[in-house]
Amino acid sequence: MRNVILLLRRYSTFISFLVLQLIALSFLFSYNRYQRARFLGVANEVTGRVNTQVDKVDDYFHLREENVRVHRMNDSLLNLLSSNFMVPDSSRQLVIDTVSYDTTGRMRQYYWREAKVVANSTIKDKNYIQINRGANQGIKDNMAVVSSDGTPVGVVANVSANFSQIMSLLHVQRFTYVMMKRSKTTGRLEWDGKDAGTLILKRVPRSDSIAIGDTVITSPFELGSFPPGLLVGTVREIDNEKASGDYILKIKPFVNFRRIQQVFVIENLFYEEQIKLDKDTRKKVEESQKKTN
Amino acid sequence: MSDLLRNIIRFVVFIGIQVFVLDKIPPLHQAFVPILYFLFILWLPFSLSRFWLLVMGFLTGLTLDYFTPSPGLHAAACVLIAYVRPFLINVLTPRDSTEFNYREPSPKAMGWAPYSVYIIVLVLLHNSYLVFLEWLQFGSFWLFLVKILGTSAVSLLLIFTAELLFPRKMKFRTNVA
Repeated sequence: MRNVILLLRRYSTFISFLVLQLIALSFLFSYNRYQRARFLGVANEVTGRVNTQVDKVDDYFHLREENVRVHRMNDSLLNLLSSNFMVPDSSRQLVIDTVSYDTTGRMRQYYWREAKVVANSTIKDKNYIQINRGANQGIKDNMAVVSSDGTPVGVVANVSANFSQIMSLLHVQRFTYVMMKRSKTTGRLEWDGKDAGTLILKRVPRSDSIAIGDTVITSPFELGSFPPGLLVGTVREIDNEKASGDYILKIKPFVNFRRIQQVFVIENLFYEEQIKLDKDTRKKVEESQKKTN
Repeated sequence: MSDLLRNIIRFVVFIGIQVFVLDKIPPLHQAFVPILYFLFILWLPFSLSRFWLLVMGFLTGLTLDYFTPSPGLHAAACVLIAYVRPFLINVLTPRDSTEFNYREPSPKAMGWAPYSVYIIVLVLLHNSYLVFLEWLQFGSFWLFLVKILGTSAVSLLLIFTAELLFPRKMKFRTNVA
């Protein structure tokens, strides 16, 4: 026993080194496995507050560009005002409100909330964006986040009371299913961790005809967060790798990830129902398969 | 200024610079992010015991991790260099901590050559371990090597610039006092 204690005392530094390493590594690996920023729950609030203060200063550097962009956006929205259009049939009226079901029988599926970016990075392998809306403002995991121009930016990965952390499209573990606008084939949008101005689109079959400059939009067939038909980017380069039957396309996103300031968080009001149906179906089919076997 | 106050200020400044300046500037080439914050650990006083050195390393890394957010990544690398630091100082300048004429590692205290070796070895160690941990989950081997060398070169440049631009004013300590 005495020897054991002596040994412990002698190597105490080394043991504490090992212990601290293990703690750090367990943070690292458990976090990656679950894809969740659980670790950050509490810290989110603190770093969020610091980031908000710094961001206030940072905003001044982009005021001019932001102004121009907002002006342009306003312009396009003003053009959509109903007063700009003649209504041929006066008995019909278009009503969309925040209640999910209205008297004309239209169901509302997506609800948009505005939010402000307080921290953003584009230079790591795994980039996250922090916004100033959290659980108290109704943000939940897996909601879609688009820039103020309406182009996809990422998906909410974790939520604290007043802030949320968004897994950017610039994240090597983020896969989004998108569609070629012209040919309607779907592919998987990824990022290789290299250039913030280039996304990679895989799994588009070679049988498809793709040209440089083709537009990529969010897919209506992906079960999940993004409303279909949002503009993602254009094809910049077609890589002719012969080994597989698929194209590897380089996509130039419409959004400049380095300059994101205002975003919209989009809630799919039927998200849980859709996911549940999907899971239940799989289970049901598996069970019936077992029975027949 | 007492050692404690000086180091607290340094801690805030280093983390602030790393998070709000260095992590924000556009990358020089693909993914070379200059890393400067661990200079805090390299500049901690000689008199700090090995155990507390490890704890400080862990806390520094963890604070940065909360901001970046990459839980445990920087903490692991910082603990490693905090562990190696005393051994390296012993090898480079074989003296007891009380025999140093200055409180903390600096070119004045150790001499330019040993100090440079001290910085270069720890920077390489920190960056290799950091990139290695990132690479475990993702990446190609060449990118891995290039990233270590690129990041280390940029970090070293920054550290030596900082060392020349802001020479730390330190009192000469005699054994009598």
